[in-house]
Amino acid sequence: MTAQTQTTQPGSVDSAIVLKKARKSLSGPIASSAVALIAILWTLPTLGLFINSFRSKEDAATTGWWQFFLHPSFSLSGYRQVLFDNGGMVQPLINSFAITIPATIIPIFIASMAGYALAWMRFKGSDAIFFTLFALQVVPLQMALVPLQQFYHKGLQFYGVTILPAPPVGHGVTGVMAQIWMSHTMFSLPLAVFLIHNFIAQIPGSLIEAAKIDGASDLRIYQSVVLPLSMPAIASFGIFQFLWVWNDLLVAKTFGGSDPAEQPVTARMQSLVGNFGAHQELLAPAGFLSIVVPLIVFLSLQRYFVRGLMAGSVKG
Amino acid sequence: MSPTLIPMESATSVALLTLLSIVEAVVGFIVVLFLIFFVAQRARGRIERPLAIVITLGPALLLVLIGLIIPSIETINLSFKNQQFLGQLVTKYIGLENYKTAFTDSYTLQTMLRTLAWLVVVPLFSVGIGLLSALLMDGMKRTSLPKTLIFLPTAISFVGASVIWGYVYNYVEPPAPQTGLLSEVVMKLGWHNPPNWILDVPVNTFLLMVIMIWIQVGFAMVILGAALKAIPEEILESARLEGATGARLFRNIQVPMIMNTIVVVLTTVIITTLKVFDIVFTMTNGNFNTDVLSRQMYADMFVTSQVSQGAALAVIIFILVIPLMAYNVRQLRKEREHG
Repeated sequence: MTAQTQTTQPGSVDSAIVLKKARKSLSGPIASSAVALIAILWTLPTLGLFINSFRSKEDAATTGWWQFFLHPSFSLSGYRQVLFDNGGMVQPLINSFAITIPATIIPIFIASMAGYALAWMRFKGSDAIFFTLFALQVVPLQMALVPLQQFYHKGLQFYGVTILPAPPVGHGVTGVMAQIWMSHTMFSLPLAVFLIHNFIAQIPGSLIEAAKIDGASDLRIYQSVVLPLSMPAIASFGIFQFLWVWNDLLVAKTFGGSDPAEQPVTARMQSLVGNFGAHQELLAPAGFLSIVVPLIVFLSLQRYFVRGLMAGSVKG
Repeated sequence: MSPTLIPMESATSVALLTLLSIVEAVVGFIVVLFLIFFVAQRARGRIERPLAIVITLGPALLLVLIGLIIPSIETINLSFKNQQFLGQLVTKYIGLENYKTAFTDSYTLQTMLRTLAWLVVVPLFSVGIGLLSALLMDGMKRTSLPKTLIFLPTAISFVGASVIWGYVYNYVEPPAPQTGLLSEVVMKLGWHNPPNWILDVPVNTFLLMVIMIWIQVGFAMVILGAALKAIPEEILESARLEGATGARLFRNIQVPMIMNTIVVVLTTVIITTLKVFDIVFTMTNGNFNTDVLSRQMYADMFVTSQVSQGAALAVIIFILVIPLMAYNVRQLRKEREHG
């Protein structure tokens, strides 16, 4: 490596040109068109949904969305029905927020505290805990569904003896929402701790030491040094988790009811699709509404999202 | 007041109540945390550090224990029993019977083989197309638009994706105009009587896989693109000086240099694919020979009252993941040892 670096030192102008050529080895008009083709192919399906959501019921049911370009027609009746009439997407949208916001914010605190403990308050066994948490990341959450459902109803029991009471989540919509975000919080922790820990571990030791010399306690250091400094990692995890929870169907189906008033958008969409024909005309506007929030979050915070993905999968 | 206003009002109040519960949950949590910190910071001396460790690490460990570890053990236990419906009081152990059923019942066997096909096809194509796009864009100018467009499906739910792809796979008996893009395109290309895509075995399974690939390619592209960028310029340059270009540069230099990342992306996509049930659940509900393990497991547990059978399938999914988990742990160990 060093030898190569040295040989490139003289004549850096030449090498810059060569370098550009090497980088461009696969570009050129063919490559550009190939990229454009993939991008168009990847966009067409979503574009179809988007266009259909603004077409009238009759048009969308009888002709393909591409006919829009030949016979443009525009109608908001689908959205009106979905939002204000009996389409019932408003409560599911609210429910999705009610699940996603606590399920994103609460793990951030719990995981950053744990990450801090594992990185800066090492003790015998802390490495073992770290590796266990890391390994738990890939445990399919399917493994937890049935017992967790029992736990919410009856508490944790061992041979008929209640070890932990069921959490007091209440009844009705809010009770169901609470079960769902609690489950998401639990399932998110292995990844969250791992991701945020890796970042916290890189905080310069001198900063922590300086705070200690000033007489700050461990908890104080977390509050005023570690938490503010780990914002980039927290943002990355936060966006990742927001999209994950918003888009989840399995947990929502398992712990949510079948009553539309108790469902987040994904579960609501799924039952709309399942009702073959019954509400076919609502699918496009409802579908677009269900994806628009994550799309906005994604497009505005893409940079952080990418960073989170990297830290999660190609660390080092 | 007219009677129609009553449901409207109650709907609004439910909505408000739900919004209030968000605030309640988040604010409540932060207040409790703040109080604990406030009290615990009075502690000094020998108990300070242990107390700090318990407060910071305790909640995470407790939640993981309640939410993942204990339930997983219970599910393994359940898979050796004969429980049929949730909350059933009298159950007994029947040994490996549920696993025997899983590996002898012809429907389940087919499901497993189909799941294996998913595990091979989806990761290969996702990583293949992702790598191709990343390579094509490496060194290209103005890539942010195509990159965003290809990456965008990552933010879309599997359910949303299924609705989106419904408008691609829709099928109408031929004389009538097609509403699905796929039929329209193949008919324009001269195939006059295409099948009803979603009902046609085995094409339908591959069409469902396409949805998954559509979602995963962006992820693969972004991660692999970053890895390609990280290859030191000097290495590419010296390879270039020795005459390696295009495909050779790609095969002999770029791919080996990012092999670790390729493996990571492959394993991530494999795990995601193994767990995904939304696509099949939404598109076909497992009908027309499209079922996969995670969908059948869900049905066993929550629809058809074969809880223990479903638990056995969950354990099988878990066992399939273990080698990947072991590999990941080993990689992490290595990384940590190297600093």
